[in-house]
Amino acid sequence: MAWPQPGFVMTRALTLIRRRLVGSIFVLLIVVIGTFLLLEAAPGDAVDAYIVSTGGDAGMIELLRHRWGLDQSELTRLANYLWALLHLDLGQSVTFSRPIRDVILERLPNTLLLMVSATALSFGLGSALGIYAGARPGSFRDRFLSIGSLALYAVPGFWLGLVLIVIFAVDLRWLPIGGIETLASDKTGRDRAVDIAVHLVLPVSALGFIYLALYLRMMRAGMAEAWRQDFVLAARARGLSRRRIVLSHIARNALLPLVTMLGLQSAQMLGGSVVIESVFSVPGLGRLAQEAVSARDTPLLLGIILTSAVLVILINLLVDIAYAFLDPRVGAGEAGA
Amino acid sequence: MSPLRRFLRAPEAVAGAILLSALMAMALSASLLFPSDPQAIAGPALLPPFQDWSLPLGTDRLGRDVLAELFHGARTSLAVGLAAAAASLAIGAVVGTLAGFAGGLVDEVLMRITDAFQTVPGFLLALAFVSVVGPSLGAVVIAIALGTWTGPARIARAEVLSIRERDYVASARAIGMHPLEIAFREVLPNALPPVLAMSSVIVAAAILTEAALSFLGLGDPNRVTWGGMIAEGRTVLRTAPFLSIVPGMALVLTVLGVYLAGEGIVETTAVRRGLS
Repeated sequence: MAWPQPGFVMTRALTLIRRRLVGSIFVLLIVVIGTFLLLEAAPGDAVDAYIVSTGGDAGMIELLRHRWGLDQSELTRLANYLWALLHLDLGQSVTFSRPIRDVILERLPNTLLLMVSATALSFGLGSALGIYAGARPGSFRDRFLSIGSLALYAVPGFWLGLVLIVIFAVDLRWLPIGGIETLASDKTGRDRAVDIAVHLVLPVSALGFIYLALYLRMMRAGMAEAWRQDFVLAARARGLSRRRIVLSHIARNALLPLVTMLGLQSAQMLGGSVVIESVFSVPGLGRLAQEAVSARDTPLLLGIILTSAVLVILINLLVDIAYAFLDPRVGAGEAGA
Repeated sequence: MSPLRRFLRAPEAVAGAILLSALMAMALSASLLFPSDPQAIAGPALLPPFQDWSLPLGTDRLGRDVLAELFHGARTSLAVGLAAAAASLAIGAVVGTLAGFAGGLVDEVLMRITDAFQTVPGFLLALAFVSVVGPSLGAVVIAIALGTWTGPARIARAEVLSIRERDYVASARAIGMHPLEIAFREVLPNALPPVLAMSSVIVAAAILTEAALSFLGLGDPNRVTWGGMIAEGRTVLRTAPFLSIVPGMALVLTVLGVYLAGEGIVETTAVRRGLS
């Protein structure tokens, strides 16, 4: 297969990025307006939440409502919110008494670390096992892995997390029970990185193993499909070894849809990390969302939802670009539609 | 060979059907076998399983009968799973049909809305929705449907696009049928099969999402849920891990049953369509 000229691919990638970004702005606008209106419908506002925690009289409530602009009409506030958003301002969090943007940016790296590691685990191990199963369709190992992955897919991530805690943290005491790093340990550099990695083993496994099944099954299905293609017959006729055919012809073709899945899966994985972070007390975006819900901090929840949406859009953009490089047949026109 | 016999010949499908029948039997017999309130205290707290035969699976932290809770929890899981999937498929089918049949601006707007829903993590949306509306069975059902209708919508739209140029649609137009009537009486029913093929995946996702919401304390507080039981057991995870493990096993077997039976049905009907 001849690779396209680098310059050609670059131009195509740029066209793709431009198209995607324009489309994404509309989508984001719908997300902002929709979520804003949904959260507006919640009983009580930020002032109510604030007064519950601090106390205050009717005059105070009046004053705060005015200061935070909550006495204005819904439409005015939506317009104000959008205007502030243009300046990357998400407003002030009542529970944290800090700008929401800062709170989110503080928590975001932990969630990204969890997601990237879990994705690497599920994609890497899932596609490898899928190749292993799909190399001999219908064999014992193929059937075993198919059923095993289906069973894994049926496991709730948060429950798997608890089971892992019982086994590895409570019984065997091999791994920490939760958190992102040892508190007050003033570890630095490599020690700290190792400490964080050790803390991440269980949450990453709980999140990654669930989605592993998905990649395994997709890879397997794609390979079963590829076995019937003409180019496999041609490769066999040329006398290539089975190993070579499986790895460089069949698996390679079956891998492409998995890359697309990576993007589609990102939103689900972000949702899944909400529960996993709460099980393992990982101070990430998901746990923040749960804190925002229990504290009735609607602006914070709105900020988290928007950040997640932006994240999902960016991941999908990256996936599309990767796809354009991996599969020379995809034109910017097709991918952008 | 009839589809039923073909279904019965696939071992996975039969296993799924058995698991699902067991679940339904549990859900239907819950109030017959355990007529008293499953949330009431039934014995000493934290009784381990297989100790007292009137409380076979023991009791939880508050002395509630775990087996009774398990049976009543099956009801909630099944009810929410089926209702949320039905709502999700209905919304998806209607939106997809409208978008595909109308085309143009309507299609564009509806598909951008679909994009928006797919961009927001479904679980976060469900969390936000339940926190706004308040935790109740209905709210949980709608919250789950909000996060899952986009898949069925896309499939329905694709199917409608291929159907709308067929002869019977053209003849419906020719006799002057109203476009909406054509869309919903002629096109939608014919676009349904591939949408319905998704039901098992959606029922499974709905059951898992309900469990996760209840686990985070956002389920209906007046009902026993498996997710809620796991969260309850979590507080005594070190001393009584079975309290979390048992309802989790029930969840795994239920979802597995849904997948297996669903796959069995899709495969047997697909083969039949291939033969005819």
